[in-house]
Amino acid sequence: METNEPITALPDRTIELPEDLSRFIEEWKTRPGNLIMVLHRVQEHYGYVPRDVAFEVAARLDVPLAKIYGVVTFYHFFKLRKPGRHQIAVCMGTACYLKGGEDLIKELETILGIGLNQTTADGEFSIEAVRCIGCCGLAPVLTVDGQVYGRLTKDQLADIVAKHRGG
Amino acid sequence: MPYSQFVLVCAGTACDSCQSREIYSRLTAAVRSQGLEGRVQVVRTGCFGFCAQGPVVKVLPDETFYVQVRPEDAGEIVAEHLAKGRPVKRLLYGGAGRAAIADIPFYQKQFRIVLRNCGVIDPENIEEYIAREGYEALATVLTSMTPEDVIEQVRISGLRGRGGAGYPTWKKWTFTKNADSDVKYVICNADEGDPGAYMDRSTLEGDPHSVLEAMAIAGYAVGAHQGYIYIRAEYPLAIHRLEVALRQARELGLLGRDILGTGFDFDVELRLGAGAFVCGEETALIASIEGHRGMPVPRPPYPAVRGLWGRPTVINNVETLANIPVIILKGGAWFASIGTETSKGTKVFALTGKVNNSGLIEVPMGTTLREIIFDIGGGIKGGKRFKAAQTGGPSGGVIPESFLDTPIDYESLAKLGSIMGSGGLIVMDEDDCIVDVNKFYLEFTVDESCGKCAPCRIGGRTMFNLLTDITEGRGTVGHIEQIHTVAHAMQKASLCGLGQTAPNPVLSSLTYFGEEYRVHIKEKRCPSGRCRALVTYTILADKCIGCTLCARRCPVNCIRGERRQPHVIDLSRCIKCGECFKACKFGAVQRS
Ligand SMILES: Cc1cc2nc3c(=O)[nH]c(=O)nc-3n(C[C@H](O)[C@H](O)[C@H](O)COP(=O)(O)O)c2cc1C
Ligand code: SF4
Ligand code: SF4
Ligand code: FES
Repeated sequence: METNEPITALPDRTIELPEDLSRFIEEWKTRPGNLIMVLHRVQEHYGYVPRDVAFEVAARLDVPLAKIYGVVTFYHFFKLRKPGRHQIAVCMGTACYLKGGEDLIKELETILGIGLNQTTADGEFSIEAVRCIGCCGLAPVLTVDGQVYGRLTKDQLADIVAKHRGG
Repeated sequence: MPYSQFVLVCAGTACDSCQSREIYSRLTAAVRSQGLEGRVQVVRTGCFGFCAQGPVVKVLPDETFYVQVRPEDAGEIVAEHLAKGRPVKRLLYGGAGRAAIADIPFYQKQFRIVLRNCGVIDPENIEEYIAREGYEALATVLTSMTPEDVIEQVRISGLRGRGGAGYPTWKKWTFTKNADSDVKYVICNADEGDPGAYMDRSTLEGDPHSVLEAMAIAGYAVGAHQGYIYIRAEYPLAIHRLEVALRQARELGLLGRDILGTGFDFDVELRLGAGAFVCGEETALIASIEGHRGMPVPRPPYPAVRGLWGRPTVINNVETLANIPVIILKGGAWFASIGTETSKGTKVFALTGKVNNSGLIEVPMGTTLREIIFDIGGGIKGGKRFKAAQTGGPSGGVIPESFLDTPIDYESLAKLGSIMGSGGLIVMDEDDCIVDVNKFYLEFTVDESCGKCAPCRIGGRTMFNLLTDITEGRGTVGHIEQIHTVAHAMQKASLCGLGQTAPNPVLSSLTYFGEEYRVHIKEKRCPSGRCRALVTYTILADKCIGCTLCARRCPVNCIRGERRQPHVIDLSRCIKCGECFKACKFGAVQRS
């Protein structure tokens, strides 16, 4: 969740939504409480919630843009910035914290030369910290694009990064 | 010809991450190539619970239990065990001696109601659920019980909410039933926000129908026709299994219009959470389903009377619901015969942290923590000393060694200053610093506070800063007094449970580990070495034999010394990572 993105009044361009997203919005349009479900679908498609898409969603659902940004910034799951092509999520739930999740983050920051919630200059990787992903038995745990790596030590990280780079 | 042997492969998230999919396909291929497909069935099931030993494979009917299986092992299991009846000894848990599940201590003290089908059935096949009495409770309820009868059985069972607060389920249902409205809702709370807990996830992944069936029963009891499952978006496998289950149940007429021809309509929709712990709180959860920011509102009115879209709404936790079909089929009295005076039935725990057998367990209420940690959990990893167990996560508290024999139930845990919570059970050992762990929990609650009310928003931040001071050597006696003052304000004046319970972990740790805080403050020392600002590493010249190992391990190369000569750490560059301390085999690196 980042709130420091400048939000100007008008979109850079109007945007054609992809067919299936369009259909999803049409389907959900009249259902109460649809906004979060639609935003999930948007993020699934783009990897984040792009500004011009937020405008388009506001228009189609007929909700104020402020409401959309209110929701997006409240929930940790929604992103306003484009993440890396490969998203590394390090678990910082309690079990992983006790077993050195923090060390994994530090090591990744060293390997990739970026901080938490940042993306490498070539757009390949981004790192984020997440809360328990439900594999505490394998702590410490991280995921790359959803694939789980468990029982990690920090000397395994360089290999994991190499494996995904360019892949 | 019916199958005479079954190979069950765990497909829970943890095992799935360790190539259980690959193991499944190799097993299937090997069964086919050995010509056993008429006799042996390979099934992907939910979590067996023994996550620390995953991926896990079980062979029935002999109940052989293979652990840490790799895809390459599939061929041997089929060729040796299934074809020739010779178990593969090297893959058995604990070596050759222990073959069957009944012999494994991890399972001996467990008793499964909620997890009855987890690791037993294929969760993506409704037929397997039905074969294990699935949807029989719903059929019984719809054809031969009144809503009052249903609630009466739930009352007799003594079932209390497993989401944390332990409120009697029958009372909630009664409020909603008696509320005057033509539209009512049932919500299943699958937000599971406690970091380090995954009971609900495993239940949904391993046995999704049990929750759907229970929601329909709850709907019948209170007069609702629509249910919602609010589930974390971070749980993609559970979401997928629920989607499959919903489709299959509708196809068979077990959900939807006119269920089983009885005229009762009930359907369920999924709604995804988006990573906000506070949305586990009932009113915030409702706001989130309605599509808003998940901010709590004051209660009363309670959701049971005025909930989703202003309508009476029952909200129950996943585990609470999973008990319902069994209570209906076996009767409330049967359920009430298990457990303690005030807490009936079983409790599922995600046993994690510094324990040997990390995993998902279910025990009768009244089991002691010692039994859980030492008998089921196999004791502390690496022969270290037990320090404390935390229940209830960021809303709970620590329990020290001296209280390990307390039989767990809602009341006894509350008396110790903790709570039952949703089932996270985290074991800490001598390497963990109590102050540091509490800083971690507070960081979590500060991060997750919705910010609506000042006691939680400002109080949480203040407490976090006070603890940071203590871990970084700036603590004074006044800090502890301030913590108590702020904690009191938060408990009394916060709007929702998040703020009200956020001080619990610190307060309980001050009760049992006050000495550790004192050492941090007075002696500026962290006994476990976790608080980096408070430790220094030095090498004792008389013990160092100059093996150079620590110098090679040091990530910032700040250890100097000739081979066979005492080494020295350049303290100005030392980042206090403790690598040298761990590396030295001669006890020459000293931490103080
Ligand atoms: C901050 C906060 C977080 C909560 N998180 C959860 C949760 O993740 N899962 C859950 O079932 N209940 C959670 N609860 C408790 C629920 O609000 C509610 O009491 C529970 O879902 C009711 O179901 P039960 O009676 O079956 O336990 C939380 C409460 C608070 C105050
Ligand atoms: S107690 Fe905290 S989380 Fe709850 S309403 Fe107040 S600020 Fe929000
Ligand atoms: S590892 Fe121990 S013995 Fe070896 S050089 Fe370092 S301090 Fe000396
Ligand atoms: S704490 Fe990391 S997976 Fe649960």
